Amino acid sequence: MAPASAAPTAVPSGKAAPSGSTAPSGSTAPLLRLTDVGRDFDVSRPWLNRVLEGAPRALLRAVDGVSFGVRTGETLALVGESGCGKSTVARLIVGLHALSRGRIEFDGVDLAAPGVDVPRLRRRMQMIFQDPYASLNPRWHVRDIVAEPIRALGLARSPAEERERVGELLRQVRLAPEDGEKYPHEFSGGQRQRISIARALSGNPEFLVCDEPTSALDVSVQAQILNLMGELQQRLGLTYLFISHNLAVVSHVADRVGVMYLGRVVELADSARLFAVPRHPYTRMLMDAVPDLEMSGRPRTPVAGEVPNPLAPPAGCAFHPRCPHANDRCRAERPQLVVRDGGAVACHAVAEGRLGG
Amino acid sequence: MASPLLEVRGLRVEFPTRRGTLVAVDGVSFAIAPGEILGVVGESGAGKSLTGMAIIGLLEPPGRIAAGEIRLEGERIDDLPHDRMRRVRGRRIGAIFQDPLTSLNPLYTIGRQLTETILTHLDVGRDEAHARALRLLAEVGIPAPEARIGHYPHQFSGGMRQRVVIALALCAEPRLVIADEPTTALDVSIQAQIIALLRRLARERGTAVMLITHDMGVIAETADRVAVMYAGRLAEIGPVRGVLQAPRHPYTEGLMGSIPKLAAGAAARATALVQIEGAMPRLNAIPAGCAFNPRCPKRFERCLAERPEPVPVGEALVACWLYGAR
Amino acid sequence: MVDDGRGGVIDPGRGGVIDPGRGGGVIDPGHGSGAVAAAMPAPPGWLRRGWEHDLAWSFRRSPVTIVAALLTVLCVGGAVFAPWIAPHSPFDSATLNLNDGFTPPAWVEGGRARYLLGTDDQGRDVLSTILYGARVSLGVGLAAVAFALVLGVTLGLLAGYLGGRIDAFIMRVADIQLSFPAILIALLIDGVARVALPRDLHDALAIYVLVLAIGVSGWVQYARTVRGSTLVEKGKEYVQAARVIGRHPFAIMLAHVLPNVTGPVLVIGTIHIATAIITEATLSFLGVGVPPTEPSLGTLVRIGNEFLISGEWWIALFPGLALVVLVLSVNLLGDWLRDALNPKLR
Repeated sequence: MAPASAAPTAVPSGKAAPSGSTAPSGSTAPLLRLTDVGRDFDVSRPWLNRVLEGAPRALLRAVDGVSFGVRTGETLALVGESGCGKSTVARLIVGLHALSRGRIEFDGVDLAAPGVDVPRLRRRMQMIFQDPYASLNPRWHVRDIVAEPIRALGLARSPAEERERVGELLRQVRLAPEDGEKYPHEFSGGQRQRISIARALSGNPEFLVCDEPTSALDVSVQAQILNLMGELQQRLGLTYLFISHNLAVVSHVADRVGVMYLGRVVELADSARLFAVPRHPYTRMLMDAVPDLEMSGRPRTPVAGEVPNPLAPPAGCAFHPRCPHANDRCRAERPQLVVRDGGAVACHAVAEGRLGG
Repeated sequence: MASPLLEVRGLRVEFPTRRGTLVAVDGVSFAIAPGEILGVVGESGAGKSLTGMAIIGLLEPPGRIAAGEIRLEGERIDDLPHDRMRRVRGRRIGAIFQDPLTSLNPLYTIGRQLTETILTHLDVGRDEAHARALRLLAEVGIPAPEARIGHYPHQFSGGMRQRVVIALALCAEPRLVIADEPTTALDVSIQAQIIALLRRLARERGTAVMLITHDMGVIAETADRVAVMYAGRLAEIGPVRGVLQAPRHPYTEGLMGSIPKLAAGAAARATALVQIEGAMPRLNAIPAGCAFNPRCPKRFERCLAERPEPVPVGEALVACWLYGAR
Repeated sequence: MVDDGRGGVIDPGRGGVIDPGRGGGVIDPGHGSGAVAAAMPAPPGWLRRGWEHDLAWSFRRSPVTIVAALLTVLCVGGAVFAPWIAPHSPFDSATLNLNDGFTPPAWVEGGRARYLLGTDDQGRDVLSTILYGARVSLGVGLAAVAFALVLGVTLGLLAGYLGGRIDAFIMRVADIQLSFPAILIALLIDGVARVALPRDLHDALAIYVLVLAIGVSGWVQYARTVRGSTLVEKGKEYVQAARVIGRHPFAIMLAHVLPNVTGPVLVIGTIHIATAIITEATLSFLGVGVPPTEPSLGTLVRIGNEFLISGEWWIALFPGLALVVLVLSVNLLGDWLRDALNPKLR
């Protein structure tokens, strides 16, 4: 059934924070490693307009020098607001966009190296999308939707075996095998997301990129889906890259968290550490901005400013216009991710010791 | 409460369709005191937006108010003819919708939209209207308002646009503002700014706000009282702290439990989120008795047969047989 | 938004009225879809019973459409069964009697019951010629539409999905073609064929050339619509999911995108039938359409035109009327279909 996979089932699902460094590369070889990955989008106006108006080429650096690793069996979350590039990173990993710069290695193999059987490697990853209404083809039966990877990868030897596998997958996501006969529109948002998960799992992947999988769902349905995903991860030994803008959700699902801002990773640390002691000023700001559901009246710094136009990012540190701790160096020099006390932060103030923590 | 600003009694919103009538809001009653912020919270399909639309008179046909009364400062507004309702809207009730991009007319400058609204509803001259518009823009936190008053909506970012929408809603100095998911389309850092702004302005002007949202966090930050809706009915309504920290209705309990909270440490990850099995019933399949009963872990016989009415429990009203008169 | 329980959703507060209870259509005019649920895609499978049921209901409610449909069925039936129901065989010269020529319709003085609508100059029964002519008109019209449809949908799909230079090229060709009236395009192709092909070959192929000409003159509307829909679908996540699975672009185009972009094509096609028939009639009237051995309704009108002045009005009028009725009823049917399938208007 499942091809011999390298995913060890004995790996704790991350409930206990793994000891050892949380440096981007990790001491054990990561399943997925991104090194200085960048992606630009050419959003220039059409050639004729540019000539007539004298407008310059406009290049959007959606992802600008991102490096991190994801270890087998863990859940790494990428969190940030709109425009930070987290979704673009997800799409770069699964191959929906081409890399403009940098390197992606899966299971130690550089995906861009010559002679590499990329499709074969890519089969071991799958993706779950945000919009439950747009991620399923409205004209296909659910059974065809779920079976598509099985068929594309030739995993079933007969139609009967395929049908059985589809039924099993549907049951795994708490739907009924008979639901395969229906069309997507007959299901609610949460159920459609389950179908998406079933489809993602049908190719027996090891690595799942989840792009805001619960953002479009009601909160009670979100709880069901998050619990389901946690269960599946434990049972099948999956590795998750979880993209979200919701810090509270991330605090519940992630082992390690990477915070992104304007295409760069500004902080990367164990979940426990990040939420207890956030170091980067942007991370702190994000945490303060999360509404206080417990009504604890915890002290918060008011949030300043808005995300700048990604077409014209600030020089130096991208966050400096909104940062209460910015100095001249911040305005000129872009900070690098520096590993420090079990977490990595890209901030001059932290590196220089100006900022506590 | 003494002399409420808005009083809704037994509101029923129906959609006649070919296949029968769908009841989207079923006998909802509540009141908003002057200057109070009432949060109306519920998941999608609960009917909270429709309640807001019914109050403000923007229900699209075939939807209609089938029963009930809506009183603004004592006068009925649910049965007003269109042109009179139009005057109420804007002057006495302001509205903020979810998507700032479509709430503003892209063809006119924001200055023009503001001044036109002020001129329509208030008895002031054009210069005075312009001055008020400038003041409002400053109040909602638009930097350099004299420069930006001549700009078009698309020249503002999402957060700035929503501030303009708030200014527009407040410019005719309404007593009540209905805000339908005002922060859902915004990033979380901007969201924080906007809800702080809304709360401050409401307090300063003594404007009551009906804040409709699915986001409990926004309610916790902003509202004085909260009404929890489920399947077109009111499940629980009461002071915010009470409802959120010590929910009485099993649905509210489940809802609060299922929301992930920002928490550090392995403890947060170790506990699975509370999940309510099943989903909100569709409009043509609302169960008999209490609408929540198929999903309720505490249900008993009476819940399947009779629909509970809201009864006082402490400072709140709860529609649940656990507290119902025996 | 309110879920009406049949997979349909009502979003009344956003200016979108939606027919609730359709199996799946929500239609919110695009923006600010309320609360958490996003706008749903167009309903699937126009073969689904629920869909048909709604169409049937909409059909029943419109008397104009019912009449139009009946007339269309009448015309099409008449055309299809012409060899069996036509009282005479007008193109079999053996049965023609020149003396019967110029007989007026039966109810006019001088007319005979035998020739219900009269005869033309050669003694051909007008009713029979209409039936056979409708055959040709419909046949050419349908074939041309089929050709244009396949060509247009394919090019639109390729342009929309592949983008880049292919898209630019196809759309520029389309733009250029659109700057010429369709009739001229058809005339051009037909004229080129006449010059290029030897005479007898041209006569044998005349019908095919005509179908090609009308088809080529009409593909652009399909291509543009399909391209637009393809661009929309391409951005949707189910297409991205297929790419992540690793499917080939052509497989994605055919299996995923195509079923979702064909909706409007049906409506365009129906109305295009009417246009194609008129185009063919025009060309035949001008004498560059079907060969005289297989006259269409347009040819008949041309023939009859010569006798209008001399008072034999029925030779031109009845074929003309038949043409009008046919085209009008197909048009009305197409209008109804477009409104019935358009969720926003319901």
